[in-house]
Amino acid sequence: MATGVAELERGWRGPRTRARARAWADTAHHRLLQILALTVFVAVVLIAWQTVQGALPALRAYGWRFLISQDWDPVAEHFGALPYLFGTAMSSALALLLALPLGIGTAITLVELAPRRVGSIVAFVVELLASIPSIVYGLWGLFVLAPTLRSIYEPWLIKHFGFVPLFRGFPFGIGMLNAGIVLGVMIVPTIVSISREILLSMPRALREAALALGATRAEAIGVTLDAARPGILGAVILALGRALGETMAVTMVIGNTNRMSISLLAPGATMASVIANEFTEATTKLHLSALIEIALVLLAATTLVNAAARLLVIWTTGGRRDVAGAA
Amino acid sequence: MKYLLRNITIAALLSLASGVAAAQTLTGAGATFPYPIYSKWFDVYKQKTGVEINYQSIGSGAGIQQVKAGTVDFGASDAALSNDRLKEMPRKVVHFPTVAGALAMVYNLPDLKVPLKLTPDAIIGIYMGKVTMWNDPLIAKANPGVALPGVPLLVVHRSDGSGTTNIFTTYLSAVNTQWKETVGANTAVSWPTGVGGKGNDGVAGLVHQTPGAIGYVELAYAKQNKLAVALVRNKAGNFVEPSLASTIAAVAAAGPALKKDVRTPIVNAAAPDAYPIAGLTFLLVYQDMKDPARAKALANFIDWAIHDGQALAEPLEYARLPEDLVKVNEATLHTLTSGGKKLL
Repeated sequence: MATGVAELERGWRGPRTRARARAWADTAHHRLLQILALTVFVAVVLIAWQTVQGALPALRAYGWRFLISQDWDPVAEHFGALPYLFGTAMSSALALLLALPLGIGTAITLVELAPRRVGSIVAFVVELLASIPSIVYGLWGLFVLAPTLRSIYEPWLIKHFGFVPLFRGFPFGIGMLNAGIVLGVMIVPTIVSISREILLSMPRALREAALALGATRAEAIGVTLDAARPGILGAVILALGRALGETMAVTMVIGNTNRMSISLLAPGATMASVIANEFTEATTKLHLSALIEIALVLLAATTLVNAAARLLVIWTTGGRRDVAGAA
Repeated sequence: MKYLLRNITIAALLSLASGVAAAQTLTGAGATFPYPIYSKWFDVYKQKTGVEINYQSIGSGAGIQQVKAGTVDFGASDAALSNDRLKEMPRKVVHFPTVAGALAMVYNLPDLKVPLKLTPDAIIGIYMGKVTMWNDPLIAKANPGVALPGVPLLVVHRSDGSGTTNIFTTYLSAVNTQWKETVGANTAVSWPTGVGGKGNDGVAGLVHQTPGAIGYVELAYAKQNKLAVALVRNKAGNFVEPSLASTIAAVAAAGPALKKDVRTPIVNAAAPDAYPIAGLTFLLVYQDMKDPARAKALANFIDWAIHDGQALAEPLEYARLPEDLVKVNEATLHTLTSGGKKLL
């Protein structure tokens, strides 16, 4: 019936009009998609522009010293971002250290070792982890992890490894270690689900060839992993991006202090957490501007990490685009 | 004829609606500390008069920004504006203190059976990072006969900028010159020691779950979380418990100074029964407002809040204004104008 009506309509328009209309629809569709794609780009540029504008007073007042000064004193209006840069780097590194073996190990197990049905059920559960709001992770860190760390693990670490500066201090439960663990748990799903997709997309022939050449099962997995490396690297970078920018959960468990310490048991702060903490009550122009400059630094850091990831992928694949995830 | 009549009715209704609508909705933004009492006030006031007030508790700092930008009818702040900040405003801004609140020093020492007593020196020592163990002589001196445990202190402060921190650091600056010179008073400061909890609930949560912790929270949070509250020695030398009565005593003691300038901090009050760590919270209003209808509605609301509204404060753990301060507010109210014309 529908085709009948369409035929009728076409009938009196004639073939040339039809072709023209089709070309017009094509162009319109094309333009619409272009506008949509451009919107995202323009939004990012505008965000960067606004952030730079907001940060100008602080940029003028402190220049490069902003990045190397440890002072963050809203009363005296001395602002330096180093403790927050350090805190972001340390908590993210700790999170990656914990999540990397866990995430990739899980992905390998799900794809290569577990029965197919078990694999998909576990994968589903892991992806569920990703949809938990970060405040819930924060509450878990504060009310479950912190008491456990305080009463069991941190005293143990201090007793046995207290000679290492990394584990010196008092067992209070909140601090860098807690933040690192919470962040680690939060980024595991990202690593697992992307690595799993990458491993699933590897051609079976790769593994079969390895096995045919007499490789053990572990060696065959190694061959697959090697081919999947760029994609897995992408997964890790994406996870790192989340760790760098995570705000709420970290703010709740990191202890929020502008004093830097090498100890994992000491409190710290990250760039995202100081913005969340002080933005609403920043009463002076410079304080507000310094916070916006921290946002700018964070934006630059994530851009750098993503750019580095691209370069790393290009470098490890030798510019080939046929490897999974290389694009 | 019928047609004409209908038109006139519609026109009249429309003009009435627009006139009322302009006067009936006021907007404000700012402090989170007084939010519970403000939202109660706005609710009761709407039922009483039909005037609706939209208030966003976005923080004192952001509230001040909104006032400066002129996007709200009034702002609310726990910290009074300094002379410099007042000069940044496009027109003259006046302060209306609305209610007062006390900060409780809360601690977690499960084995301590009597309330802890703190001297200003002990609080300074703790927050300067000089006192790190609970059995430090500086704390023990004020607690004779009490066995203080030899456990490490976890010093907790607010991590987010807040009026609460402003009151606390104003107090520390008032009792110790070293604090005043090295740290100072503000909504956020560079803390010499300790860990930060986000919000009153964050601090209360950390103190609640960490043995050996000490922190400062608004009185209502200390009560809600059933935390142990310390007695603090005031200027007169008495150890005083934070309460509505001891907060009102602190405001009353500051009466003469507040009469000269309502922005005077009320910390470390001299009266024998005054609790020393307390503060007022303010509404910020332009002295001359552009829209006469809105200006009139706002003036009427403030008039109501400082009189009838005060009765609603105590159930929510806020201290009502003493009579002297209500008079100061009344005087300020009579200076409000719109286009040069007096409002009340």
